[in-house]
This record gives sequence, C-alpha cells and structure tokens, in this order.
Amino acid sequence: MKRHLISAADLTRDDAILVLDTAEEMARVADRPIKKLPTLRGRTVVNLFFEDSTRTRISFEAAAKRLSADVINFSAKGSSVSKGESLKDTALTLEAMGADAVVIRHHTSGAPHRLANSGWINGSVVNAGDGTHEHPTQALLDAFTMRRHLSGTGRDLAGRRITVVGDILHSRVARSNVLLLNTLGAEVTLVAPPTLLPIGVENWPCEISYDLNAVLAKSDAVMMLRVQRERMNAAFFPTEREYARRYGLDGTRMACLPEHAIVMHPGPMNRGMEITAEVADSPRCTAVEQVKNGVSIRMAVLYLLLGGAAPAVTGPAVTHARTEENQ
Amino acid sequence: MSKTLIRGARILGGEPQDVLIDGGTIAAVGTGLEAGDATVVEADGKILLPGLVDLHTHLREPGREDSETVLTGTRAAAVGGYTAVHAMANTFPVADTAGVVEQVWRLGKEHGYCDVQPVGAVTVGLEGKQLAELGAMADSAAGVRVFSDDGKCVDDAVIMRRALEYVKAFDGVVAQHAQEPRLTEGAQMNEGTVSGELGLTGWPAVAEESIIARDVLLAAHVGSRVHICHLSTAGSVEIVRWAKSKGWDVTAEVTPHHLLLTDELVRSYNPVYKVNPPLRTEADVMALREALADGTIDCVATDHAPHPHEDKDCEWAAAAMGMVGLETALAVVQHTMVETGLLDWAGVADRMSFRPAVIGRLAGGAPGGARGSHGRPVSAGEPANLTLVDPAYRGVVNPAGFASRSRNTPYEGIELPGQVIATFLRGKATVMDGKLT
Repeated sequence: MKRHLISAADLTRDDAILVLDTAEEMARVADRPIKKLPTLRGRTVVNLFFEDSTRTRISFEAAAKRLSADVINFSAKGSSVSKGESLKDTALTLEAMGADAVVIRHHTSGAPHRLANSGWINGSVVNAGDGTHEHPTQALLDAFTMRRHLSGTGRDLAGRRITVVGDILHSRVARSNVLLLNTLGAEVTLVAPPTLLPIGVENWPCEISYDLNAVLAKSDAVMMLRVQRERMNAAFFPTEREYARRYGLDGTRMACLPEHAIVMHPGPMNRGMEITAEVADSPRCTAVEQVKNGVSIRMAVLYLLLGGAAPAVTGPAVTHARTEENQ
Repeated sequence: MSKTLIRGARILGGEPQDVLIDGGTIAAVGTGLEAGDATVVEADGKILLPGLVDLHTHLREPGREDSETVLTGTRAAAVGGYTAVHAMANTFPVADTAGVVEQVWRLGKEHGYCDVQPVGAVTVGLEGKQLAELGAMADSAAGVRVFSDDGKCVDDAVIMRRALEYVKAFDGVVAQHAQEPRLTEGAQMNEGTVSGELGLTGWPAVAEESIIARDVLLAAHVGSRVHICHLSTAGSVEIVRWAKSKGWDVTAEVTPHHLLLTDELVRSYNPVYKVNPPLRTEADVMALREALADGTIDCVATDHAPHPHEDKDCEWAAAAMGMVGLETALAVVQHTMVETGLLDWAGVADRMSFRPAVIGRLAGGAPGGARGSHGRPVSAGEPANLTLVDPAYRGVVNPAGFASRSRNTPYEGIELPGQVIATFLRGKATVMDGKLT
C-alpha cells in the first residue's frame, strides 16, 4: 500500500483485495459485544471536513474510534484562501498537533493530492471525497458490498457486470468506482444523458450507454447516483420528470434485472428522482448495507495505512504494542 | 557618448561580424572594425538579435506591487533580452485612462531597463460595457496603439465591432483575449481526457475558437486589424490560417508555455501549471509550433503573469492563473523551435522582435519618440537595441535567481538552452555577462 489513499488508482489489485479482506475481519468486530480494537491506540486521526458530510464524517469517526485512535473533528466549511485560513496553514496546524492521519473532504478537486504532496504534513492522507474528482473509500465499500453478494472473500470481481447510472460528470463516486472496479476485473457500463458524461469518457476503461433499458438485463449490480435537482437549471436535462422517466430506476425497470442482481446507492437518495421508493425500500437495494460496510472499509484503510504489518484482529493488542516500541 | 564594439557576433545567426555602437545608434557593421576608445565585448560567435519585443506583459503596477513592479518587471525583461514590453491594462486601477497609461509609461522611462509601452483597456474597467477613452490614450504621451481587455474577453459582439472600427482612426489594434465566457464558467483547465479524469471543470477549445472565428469575420467586415492574444489550440491555428488566406489583417501570438507544456502536467494538481488559456494537448503544442514556424502565428508573446507565492502555494481551485515568462521565453523558443529545426535565428528575430514591433507600431517610430524604435534591422544607422545570446549555454532554471519579484515559473529544475549575455537599450547595456548592469 502507498502511504496515502488519494485515488482508487493508488490501489493495485492485491492492495484492493487486502483492503477488502481486512474489512471482512473488521466487520466481524462489529458483531462482537465490544466493538473495539486497541490497534491504533495513541494514534491521532483528524477528520478535516471543508464540506458538510455528516454521513462520511461519522463513518470515519466510528471507524477510527473502533480502532481506539484519538479522533479530532475539524470542520472548516467555507474556509478558503479568500475567506479565511489557507489549506496550507490548516495543514501546518494539524501537523503541529501530531496528526498521524488526515481524512480530508474538500469541495475542490485535487485538494487531498496537494495536502499529501506539498510537504506540509508527514501523516497519511485519506481522501474522503474531493470536488468532482474521487472518493476512493466509497468505491471500496461499494466493491466490498458487491463482493459479498456476487463473489466472495479473497476474490476479485472478474467478469461481474456493473452499471453506474446518473450524473457521471459531477460524480467523484463514479470516477473512483470505474478505476477500482476495473482493477478488480469487473466490466463497468456508465449510463447517463450525454450532457452528464465528461469529455474524454470514451478513454475510460468502461462502456458508455445512453439507454438504461438496454443494459439492465446484462447487469449484476446497478448503482444509482444522486442527481442534484439544480443541474436542470444549467440545462443538463430539461426537467426532473424527464430525467426520472429516462434514467430513474422504478419497479418496472428493476424487474428487468437478473434475479441475483443488486441495486446500490451511495446516498443520500433523491427518492422520486433517480430511484423510486419502491426500489429504495426493496430487499434488493443495498443502500443501508453500504453504510454499514463503510465503517468496516474505513477501519481497514486506517489500519493498513497506520497500523502497518501487525495482524489487525487475530493478534492481541500486545503484539501491536511491541511493534510500536520497535519503531 | 560611449562606444561599444561587439566583436565577432553572428547577426541573426549569420557569419561573424563586428558591430560598433556609438551612443544610441549602430555606427557600423563589418569585419575587422577598429575598437578605438570603445568598450569591447567579445561575442566569440554568439548570436546577435534585435532587442526582443513582448506584446503581452503583466507588470502589475499600479495595484499589485506585491507581485511585480515596473522596475522589477523591466529588469526581468532586460535579463530575458527584451528592449520593449507592452504592459497589459488589467492593473488596479485599470489602465483605461490617459492618466494611468502615462504613469506606467513614465515609470518605464525613468527606470531605463526596457521601454514600456502601455496597452490600453478596450472598455471601462475591463467590464466589456462601455468603450474606454481610446483616443485619449492614443494621443497621450504614452502613444497607445494596442488595446486589450486581456484577462477578460470583449465578448459583446457590438462592443468588439465598435472597438475594431474606432481604433482605425489612430492605427490602433484590438488584442483579443478569446474566451467565450459562458462556455468557461468556473473553468480550471483544458477540457479533455485529463480534465474528465481529474474532475476539474473544463475550458474547451471551442470557447477560444468561436471567439476568434467571430472576430476575424468582424475585422474583415469593418476592414480593421485584429490581434489574437495567446492562441492555444490547433483549431485556432486553422481559423487564423484561413483568415490570413483571405488577406484579412489578422495577427496572432503564442506563449512560450503553450509551445512546450501540456495538460498532462495538471495531473500533479500543482498550481504552477494553472494558466489562462490553459495548457492544452500534445497535438495542440505541435500545431502551434508548426504555425509559428510557417508564420500563421506572427509572434511569441510571454503573457508574463507574476503572482505572489501564497497565490500558488494552495489548492488548485484557489490558485491564481498565470506564469512568469520574461526570463525564460527565449530559452523555451530555442528549445522548442530552434533545436527542433523549425526556426533559424533569423526566424527567431522575426517572431520575437520584427513582427511584434510591427503589430505594436514600434518599428517605425523615431528613436526618442513615445514608442521608441524597436524591431529594426541590425545595420548601420539603426537604433542600438540589441540582444546577444549564447546558444551553447545549458542551465537548470532556478527561480531564486530571477529578477522578477515573482517565482511562479513552470520550468523550475528543468534544463533549458541558451542565455542572454548582453542586452543593449539604445546603446546602453542593461545586461552584461548575463547580469543586470
């Protein structure tokens, strides 16, 4: 594993499978009466959030706390060079406080990359979503969820057909998923109106379709992305109704999926827009399971970036303490 | 008056000759000239060019003296081999009145490192709504001939048409920053494969090309001349080539960075590569080089855009757009055009001195006049605005040594060829032995 997790492309196939398998171990901890490991005792994880995201922040917070790390939540919404402290000064502050890992959510693409590569801090940087760039832990938890339904522990997603539907242009979830799923051998198809696909998407390692109906029967999983209603004001599509009609997943369309196929959504859902209540509440929809899996994945990522080689779950805390002394 | 003898210089890359400077004028050119009481500069086969002329420089004064001043900017220009620069109008206050342009012009004159020819804003406050007093700026002591809202596009077709027509009265030219504003809202980099992957809002080539297409048609319609700033795409080259084939009075410039760098560099998210127009693709770079070689693009202009360190030491989206370029322009041109065989040194003189001087109407002026006399042949009787270059030099770019107040160069740590050994402004050495005098 690299020292930082900025892009899903930072993960080799072996890295990705290691994270997923480690997350399986972490998931077992969640079933224990005491959901806590001593693994990151004495380490400090900072959640640096420049953008509101309660879900992602509490997921990382729960993950770090279950590993016994000290957690500092730093909400810097609206902070920017023009309005307040710069990213650099914030980073230097965190460094001075001894952050071992910085989990960063930022409204602009590339901010985590800058944080990791500018020499401002020494700790590991985990990208918790940057602008319209990437959200690698989301892709990992999605792959984790797919693997549980479609393949199994220790395995990749070779040959599995994954369809991602919605606002690809503005979606960091889609970018990370395309990269990771490709690494894991899955066949990805992106479905969107042409206005919501980026220029150059034909060079991505995936197929493109404008027609949702045509790909449903060939999908092992369908991932519905949130579509912001404001997009129609910028003429990306005419109306909400037209979008829902052409690209929304309703009961009729869900019935076209193979029997084993799952419906995924990274949340938060726009019910009635990209997904109907009927689908969202059906047993085939894994949205809630994804949230649960998110904690396991983030535990695995923090453990692997900070904990190093010591066994995560099977080894007792003493083993890890010895490792720390040796450092 | 002082005399200087430059001995054994290859004028425009030709056979070695001696050049005798007497006062502000070239007194003689030939072989075996007697030094007499003149200071001798041994050129030893180095290249002698007419002093370089930049059509596109941001000197930042007045208003942003934290990034550059007329003094530091003209010192940087001298180091780069320039004897005349056009100072862009997007200062604070904007250079949209005779008062501001005269102030900038006078500062350049007082400092004496390089002639500063102010560019006047086309519209009041660069707002694109009301024409600035173009005639007043033309008639001022600064004698403005180039007008531009650079940084912003004159996007209103009627305002652009009127400006093109109006400046004919004093042989002016409108230099357009071609950027369709609606197509580039929030734009961060070239729109293409890389922007899609990086999740950065794209600046599509068509936003430049559509404005250039409109403006060459407008210029033809009203019989005016138009100049295109920092042309950056292969498509723009095609449009300018077509316009020139029609015989229309269209000229264009390209920056050194667009001749060398591509949008692949943005993958680092390092804001030193953030510039407007953005770095484009390899195919664009090749088309620009070819167009500069065949003359479709008339000249190289630096778009020297200094920014303080904090405006680049941040995340990409928060960073300012622009790169410094005066001190590296000739090196980049040697690297991309001369060493690739696309241009010889006579071609470099043409694209970096003769032609930009003609576009800026500096080539016909009286030596002591408001617009100086630049881009003239290296021959007896001509003003001694000269640049001596050592093409054999190889050096790694070190911004710490820049004369510019700012350090935002994309070439830090890169080896580039060539060094300006001496620069003469009206016979006075502003640079000697590669250092400011």
